[in-house]
Amino acid sequence: MGESSTIAAREAEIIEAFALLDSWEEKYEYIIELGKKLPPLDERYKLAENIIKGCQSTVWLVANYSDGKVFFKADSDAVIVKGLVSLLIKVLSGVTPQEILQAQLDFLQEIGMMTHLAQTRSNGLRAMIQQMKHYALAFQSINS
Amino acid sequence: METSTHILNTLQVEDIRNQFPILKRTIHNKPIVYLDNAATTQKPMVVIDALSHYYMHSNANIHRGIHTLAEEATAAYEATRTAVQVFINASCTEEIIFTRGTTESINLVANTWGRKNIQEGDEIIISEMEHHSNIVPWQILCEEKKAVLKVIPISDEGELLLDVYRQLLTPKTKLVAITYVSNSLGTINPISEIIQMAHNAGALVLVDGAQATVHLDIDVQKMDCDFYAFSGHKIYAPTGVGVLYGKKALLEAMPVFMGGGEMIKEVSFAKTTYAELPYKYEAGTPNIADTIALKAAIDFMRETDVAMIHQHEKELLEYATKQMLQIPNLRIYGTAENKTGVISFLVNNIHPQDMGVLLDNQGIAVRTGHHCTQPLMHRLGIPGTVRASFAVYNTMEEVDRLINGIQKSIKMLL
Ligand SMILES: Cc1ncc(COP(=O)(O)O)c(C=O)c1O
Repeated sequence: MGESSTIAAREAEIIEAFALLDSWEEKYEYIIELGKKLPPLDERYKLAENIIKGCQSTVWLVANYSDGKVFFKADSDAVIVKGLVSLLIKVLSGVTPQEILQAQLDFLQEIGMMTHLAQTRSNGLRAMIQQMKHYALAFQSINS
Repeated sequence: METSTHILNTLQVEDIRNQFPILKRTIHNKPIVYLDNAATTQKPMVVIDALSHYYMHSNANIHRGIHTLAEEATAAYEATRTAVQVFINASCTEEIIFTRGTTESINLVANTWGRKNIQEGDEIIISEMEHHSNIVPWQILCEEKKAVLKVIPISDEGELLLDVYRQLLTPKTKLVAITYVSNSLGTINPISEIIQMAHNAGALVLVDGAQATVHLDIDVQKMDCDFYAFSGHKIYAPTGVGVLYGKKALLEAMPVFMGGGEMIKEVSFAKTTYAELPYKYEAGTPNIADTIALKAAIDFMRETDVAMIHQHEKELLEYATKQMLQIPNLRIYGTAENKTGVISFLVNNIHPQDMGVLLDNQGIAVRTGHHCTQPLMHRLGIPGTVRASFAVYNTMEEVDRLINGIQKSIKMLL
C-alpha cells in the first residue's frame, strides 16, 4: 500500500483483500496474521498517556507529525484487536490531518468487522479512532 | 461424550430446553450454545408468559387501589414474596424486601444498617474474591465513617484462608460481607462456618447469594446469616428484581433507605411515620411485573426439581473440567474442592477477549474479562479469564461444542 495513496484507495484495497476470504475463519485468520505482523510498540512508548483503555483489552497509540502528514504506531494486548488496529493504521497513517478528519472508515462495515467497533467498552477500538482524529485535529492546528 | 448415566436423560433435557424459546436461536448460523449463565440466565416461557399476562390482564398499581385489578396485582405481587420466603426458608414474609437486584440489596444494607451502626475505627471484613458489588458499597461506607475494610485472602486454588479470617476477626469487627459462591472461580465458600465464626466474634454477616441461589439449596435460617442478597435474573427470572433477606429484628431496627410513597404510614410536614416491614424499604411504585414473574421462575425451578437441577449442573461442570484438562496448556482458575456453576480458564498467553471473539463466531457465548472482580484478577496476576457457566438447560453435547470451539480457537490463534 503506497504511502501516497488516498484513504479511499487504501480502504478499497482492504475490501478487495477481504473479498477473497470466504469463511469467517479465513477472515479472522487474516486479521490474526495482521495482528501478529504488526511490529510491537517499543516498550518506551507503552506509557500511561498512550493507553486507550477498553475494559478488557488495551490499545497503545502514538502519533508523529512530519511533512504535513500524520504517522501512527500502535499495539494491543489482544491479537484480534491488534489486527484491526493494524488495518486502521494502514488506512490512516501517512495522510494529512484533513484527510484523517474526513475519513468515514466504511471499510469496517464492508469487511464485516463493525461488531468490534460496537463493543465500545470492551476493546477501545472506537476510542482509538477518536484519539487518531484528536491527534489529527491537534496537528492541523499547528499548521494553521 | 460420556457414556455414564446422567441424572437427566437426553429427552428430559430436551423437554427443559423446549421451555426456553431463545435456545432455538442461531448465532452466526450455528445453534446457540449459551454458557454465560453466571451473568444472566435465559428465561423459560412461563416467566415470559407471566410478564405478558400481567400486562394483558392485571396491570394496576399495587397496595392502594380498591378496584379488582389493583387487588389482583397486589395479590400476585405478594404471592411472590411468599414464594421467595419459602424458597430460601425465611421465617416470615416481612423478612423479604424486593430490590432491583443484588447490588441494590447490598447498597441498601450499607446505607441503612451500615450508616447507623458503623463508627470510626470499626471493621468490615470482605474477601479477595468479592464481586465489585460487594466491595464498593463497603469502601464508600468505610471512607465516610473512617472505618477499616479488611480482606480475607485466598489460596492459589481459590479457597478462602480461614485461618487468616479467624485472625482478622476482632471485637471491632461489625460486619462480614461475603459471597457464598464466587462468580469468577466457582468456589463454594463454607458459609455456615464463616457465619458462626463471625457471630462468635459479635459480628453480623451479609451473604452475597447472587451466584449461589441458582446452584445450591438456600436455607437462610439454617445458614443463620443476618442478610442475604440475590438477583432474580440469575435464577431464570427477569432483570430488574432482586431480594434482600434480613432477620426481622434487624430490619425493624434499621433506618429507612429511600423516602417516598408506599414506605410511609402517615406524612405531614412536621413528621412522617414509616410503614411496617417489608414496605418500609420499598419506596415508590415497585417493579410489579418483574416481581410477579419472579414467582414463575421459582415455580419453574421447583417443578423441574431443584435437586435434579443441581445434580445436572454438577455433572456438566465435572464433565467440562475433565475435558478441558485434556487440552494442552489450558489452565483452570479456581480449583477448589467445593465448586459449582462456573469454570474459568486461560490457554497459554491467549488473550481472553480473542478466545471470546472466536467462540462467539462459532455460536458459543462465554464471558471474558475480569468478571467485575478486578482485585481477584490482580491477586491471580492475570488480566481476566474466559468463563463458561452452566444452567439447567445446558447439555453434555454443548460442553463438547465448547471444547471443540476452544481447540479450534487455539489453532487459529497460535
Ligand atoms: C457474586 C455476585 N455478586 C453480585 C452481583 C451483582 O448482581 P446484580 O448485577 O444483579 O446486582 C453478581 C452479578 O454478576 C455476582 O455474580
